[in-house]
Amino acid sequence: MLRLQKLTKTYKTGDQALKAVDLEVPKGQVLALIGPSGAGKSTLIRCINRLVEPTGGEVWLENVDLARLGSGALRRARRSMGMIFQEYALVERLTVMENVLSGRLGYVGFWRSFLRRFPQSDIDEAFRLLDRVGLLHMADKRADELSGGQRQRVGICRALIQNPKLLLVDEPTASLDPKTSRQIMRLICELCDERGLAAIINIHDVALAQMFVQRVVGLRFGAIEFDGPPSKLTPNVLTRIYGEEDWEATIQKVEDDDGIEAAE
Amino acid sequence: MSRQELQDVLGKGWRKPHFITDPLLRWGLMTGFAAYLFAAYLTIEVDWGRVYEGLDRGWQFLLAFARPDFLSRAGDIWDGLWESIVMTVAASVVGVLISIPIGLGAARNIAPLPVYLACRALVAISRALQEIIVAILLVAIFGFGPLAGFLTLSFATIGFLSKLLAEDIEAMDRSQAEAIRASGARWLQWINYGVQPQVMPRLVGLSMYRIDINFRESAILGLVGAGGIGATLNTAFDRYEYDTAAAILILIIGIVMALEYISGLIRARVQ
Repeated sequence: MLRLQKLTKTYKTGDQALKAVDLEVPKGQVLALIGPSGAGKSTLIRCINRLVEPTGGEVWLENVDLARLGSGALRRARRSMGMIFQEYALVERLTVMENVLSGRLGYVGFWRSFLRRFPQSDIDEAFRLLDRVGLLHMADKRADELSGGQRQRVGICRALIQNPKLLLVDEPTASLDPKTSRQIMRLICELCDERGLAAIINIHDVALAQMFVQRVVGLRFGAIEFDGPPSKLTPNVLTRIYGEEDWEATIQKVEDDDGIEAAE
Repeated sequence: MSRQELQDVLGKGWRKPHFITDPLLRWGLMTGFAAYLFAAYLTIEVDWGRVYEGLDRGWQFLLAFARPDFLSRAGDIWDGLWESIVMTVAASVVGVLISIPIGLGAARNIAPLPVYLACRALVAISRALQEIIVAILLVAIFGFGPLAGFLTLSFATIGFLSKLLAEDIEAMDRSQAEAIRASGARWLQWINYGVQPQVMPRLVGLSMYRIDINFRESAILGLVGAGGIGATLNTAFDRYEYDTAAAILILIIGIVMALEYISGLIRARVQ
């Protein structure tokens, strides 16, 4: 469904963030993208919806090469890609409902959105989604009144109301506590399952990724170093992805988390 | 080796490194500045005899505040004040409305380079020309009266507000705006949902502040014939009617304080 071919990004500073990455994601597959900071994970998902312009290669979403679209067509294509952000990226001074409905901006005209007169079907869907994530009673609260976990759930609603085919998820748990992190990951994976969505999830926490996804891709220095099921993530593989120096700490972390998981 | 390094520094005091490391340059700059300051004060010529005479006039002026005369020129004061208020409100509204698109254009993170340069140039022109100079020019074009004052204040508002609005937009949180863009929003929707909520409190606060400034400026613009309470004030001074002048000044101070209070209330509400 999503196919990246020789996707390349070189920043103006000369840093090669992505070196001809090839990746194919079938419909309904949830994929975790792991790798050290600066490996190009954020750049990769931003090159897909072109918040970052790729410098080379192709991005095929179904039968469209996103990398070639003009601005109008790109705007329409973005509607089918929901994005969930690190630090939530909710518009803090808007209400929860406005934040969720902002996911429909690609579908409604300017005046409707300016006057906040969204179609009834959009409003109903927003309420349904908020109910699904347990935040229906918060609809008219301002986004900055919510806790971290609640904000991220609003962020999930905003992405899903777009009715996307693909979710791009950038470090969804980076600023959450361990329990909330699991709840958020579980929620994202459940929703993808319910709706048959494909998802690419950038994540630092290897153990958390292993718990929830069917496939893990390891990125290092802008190139794919590992691609396989979570069970194949051996200490050796982690060494290859994260480098020799981090070997001890990374393994330690995996074992520790397994210990916690077993104790539960 | 690092153990040796540590041993070397243990027991020694620690001071914040100087901003200018070269002591010669540092002390040179400091003494140079002190010498310049001293020399500058020496060049100020004070005619103490004149000051002594002036003290009496100043005293008369201050005494007038104790018995301000609101009544004998009440009609003139009222007309001038009303003209100033009309000028202020009209110029502030027009100025703010024009400032918003120019402010958007002058923000580097949302405007393309040519638009940015054009808007910044306009802002620079507006800020470079002092209100009085603009007023003199506009009085020459449109004649005496509040129209020239209104145009002057609108023009000055644009320079002030566009610049500060643009700077606030440039300092906004990128990720919030990025999230709106990722949903496939049009440019205007993006501004409305991603940018406007972030800068709205500042825009409201600055607009209130500008109304305040415009009112004060309107009292000055009368001096060059651009209408408003300033004209009345000027006439009062010319006729040595300090009591009427005092009444006008008290009114101006009162209105500015009231505006300050109201703008404080509004700013607290829009946070």
